[in-house]
Amino acid sequence: MATVASKLYSDDVSLLVLLLDTNPLFWSNTSTTFSQFLSHVLAFLNAVLGLNQLNQVVVIATGYCSCDYIYDSSLTLSGNSESGRTGMPALFASLLEKLEDFIVKDEELIKEQEHDERIASSLLSGSLSMALCYIQRVFRSGHLHPQPRILCLQGSPDGPEQYVAVMNSIFSAQRLMVPIDSCYIGTQNSAFLQQASYITSGVHHAPKQLDGLFQFLTTIFATDLHTRSFVQLPKPVGVDFRASCFCHKKTIDMGYVCSVCLSIFCEHHKKCSTCGSVFGQSKLDGASTVSEKKRKAPDS
Amino acid sequence: MSDWQVKYKSSLKDRGTEGILKLREGILLFVPNDPTSDSKLKVLTPNIKSQKYTKEGSKKPAWLNLSNKQGDSHIFEFQNYQDMHACRALITKALAKCEEEQPKKPAAVLTSAEQLSIADLELRFKVLRENIELQRLHKEFVETKVLTEDEFWATRKKLLGKDSIRKSKQQVGLKSMMVSGIKPSTDGRTNRVTFNLTSEIIFQIFAEKPAVRQAFINYVPSKMTEKDFWTKYFRAEYLYSTKNTAVAAAEAAEDEELAVFLKPDEILAQEARQKIRRVDPTLDMEADQGDDYTHLMDHGIQRDGTMDVVEPQNGQFRRSLLQDLNRHAAVVLEGRNIDVDSENTRSVAEALARVKQVSKADGETTKDANQERLARMSRLAEMEDLQAPQNFPLAPLSIKDPRDYFESQQGNVVNEPRGAGTLKRNVHEAYGSLKESILEIRTKGLRDPLIKPEVAFEVFRSLTQTISTAKNIIGKNPRESFLDRLPKSTRDEVLHHWTSIQELLKHFWSSYPITTTYLHTKVGKLKDAMSNSYSQLEAMKESVQSELRHQLSLLVRPMQQALDAAFQHYDADLQRRTAKSARGSAGEANGSV
Repeated sequence: MATVASKLYSDDVSLLVLLLDTNPLFWSNTSTTFSQFLSHVLAFLNAVLGLNQLNQVVVIATGYCSCDYIYDSSLTLSGNSESGRTGMPALFASLLEKLEDFIVKDEELIKEQEHDERIASSLLSGSLSMALCYIQRVFRSGHLHPQPRILCLQGSPDGPEQYVAVMNSIFSAQRLMVPIDSCYIGTQNSAFLQQASYITSGVHHAPKQLDGLFQFLTTIFATDLHTRSFVQLPKPVGVDFRASCFCHKKTIDMGYVCSVCLSIFCEHHKKCSTCGSVFGQSKLDGASTVSEKKRKAPDS
Repeated sequence: MSDWQVKYKSSLKDRGTEGILKLREGILLFVPNDPTSDSKLKVLTPNIKSQKYTKEGSKKPAWLNLSNKQGDSHIFEFQNYQDMHACRALITKALAKCEEEQPKKPAAVLTSAEQLSIADLELRFKVLRENIELQRLHKEFVETKVLTEDEFWATRKKLLGKDSIRKSKQQVGLKSMMVSGIKPSTDGRTNRVTFNLTSEIIFQIFAEKPAVRQAFINYVPSKMTEKDFWTKYFRAEYLYSTKNTAVAAAEAAEDEELAVFLKPDEILAQEARQKIRRVDPTLDMEADQGDDYTHLMDHGIQRDGTMDVVEPQNGQFRRSLLQDLNRHAAVVLEGRNIDVDSENTRSVAEALARVKQVSKADGETTKDANQERLARMSRLAEMEDLQAPQNFPLAPLSIKDPRDYFESQQGNVVNEPRGAGTLKRNVHEAYGSLKESILEIRTKGLRDPLIKPEVAFEVFRSLTQTISTAKNIIGKNPRESFLDRLPKSTRDEVLHHWTSIQELLKHFWSSYPITTTYLHTKVGKLKDAMSNSYSQLEAMKESVQSELRHQLSLLVRPMQQALDAAFQHYDADLQRRTAKSARGSAGEANGSV
């Protein structure tokens, strides 16, 4: 059996981890409904599974304040799931069921939480971490495993308070050599996703028309890693590399950097909040205060 | 009296012109008697390198040969030896005085502004020659007087300093080969045994056998010559190697000096006894018992001399291989701790003896050290169950609250304030609609048709367009950068501008805040150079082809932005200064009134 398995393991076997954005605040504001979106996505997943017998798909839902695994194609038993509901391929019945349970749970969590006024972003850092953990487990399962990649389907804007965690996940993905593809379907630009795809050498695309989403997904994001070496995929012309400051979470172009831990601040601080090192007074400030003192004396 | 009647000869064969030799302050003057002859000589005393003279006992006349630094030699023939010696003494005195003055002058020269040595200049030239980019920068800035040499090299000390690190000397250790134990060459025919002796071997012998060293200091050169000493030593070595203890005993009885070499080394024994006394009695020897593998089967040295039967009174004339090896190893581990040039054997011996004395003085245990040892012994030998309970002072743990870290990450987030009530309502509605969508898709299934053909076609078209335009802009090869598509001259120019602007900005920003007029002029010069660069960049942008122009301006933009920031800062600073000086003068006017 082992030899048969290895013969079937051609170069293009892939494991696709899909991070699905289920942020209700975003979905209530778009023109496309969530059901239309889901039908595109489910058809796409079917297509990916059909490309190769050994392909695997894992779906992780990114909610407003929690994330969870929704679907794992290697675990689902085929056939005997309840296909009582008409119209739905049996393969995805469990997916939808789990998705519904997840949304209910997410709603519970938001009721308990104090409503902090933050941007309506989804928990990207959480789902990226969960995806990376799953992939790490696959790596350790043996040397015959599909080539993993992460596809991030996101519409919500970036939450600057997640900057540090997202960057950490991106760098871990780079280390593991797992490309992060990103498909941004929202209105604003997402700096996190652009940076993620750039650093991990994945593909980033922001389709303008959402009723052709299925076509976009199958053309660009269904290609496995081996095929990408000879297929031209769209490249972004520029990448938004701006960081967000650690104190206010604003995106900034110029700021202060701690020389010990490289944390970024937008204004002068006495002490670094991440590593606790004390900053000395900058030369420019020192000179101006001295000259101010001098100026005051002749006036008085 | 510093005037002598002499005959001056320029060489030995010369017959010599008669004249008067005068020695004045720092000058040696020879005036010939005959005013028409032209062998007048004036020698400055510092120039005299050396003087030679003929011996009194010989039949030669009293000559004094002075050679100066250029290599010429002047021979003066004196009337008698007394004069010659007097003159020589005076010249020696004058020379000694000159030597004193000389070192002071060069020091005065160097302590003024940083004088570069020839070696430094050569190093700089070498570095410039190897790095063409650096050479270009150097030419552009230092030769147009924008930056001075020192400023240019101030940040590049690493380039200059690499060689000096290599020159630092490494201490050489001792050889682990026992050169002192090398067997001699034997000639059976003539029955001679030849030992070789080099300074290295002498050093090893003195280091390993302190008794031999002591004997050398005592006997040579008072009792015997060095050659005799070594002959006796090697006779003793030969006797050891034959392992004939009876003969050794006999010869030792006859020759007292030989006996010194044949006896066991007393000095070594004393040192060993002292070391044993200083061993910590709390040392746990149990581990060492297991290390003794030499008495197992197939281990150990077969013939190390321990099993040989020896008559008791001749026991002292034996030495085992283990003893030699151990002593040699101990010496090698101590290392080479003297730097004496090994030509003079006696000096080597004395230096080693001195070192040993110093280390012995250090090793002597003082009263405090003894107390400490006793305290340690009592501590280790104590019995645990008889001890009183010990309450050590505890330092409290300071574990930082991890929530500080996490909360600081979510610190003050800037956001539009929303009414709490509306937020909750929105959220619930949103969740409700989401759940409806899922229900819908569960009941209805996937959309049919999933995607309209026109829409799909549109998608394909737009993608193709995106990819092809991107290819035009970025290039076919994803690795290829825009720089490769520029003509070579423009590319070189752009890269050169980049490095030169970096250099200028580095010096510009390091000069702020301006405290001295030197910095003020430096900043002014840098600003002119920077505006020059700026206009050059603009010109370059104009000159390039139209299709590359946009990309080039994108490439050049960060450089221009950096220059703009620098100009802004300069203007702001200038404004502040003029305002301050205006206010200051106004204030003074007020104050004076």
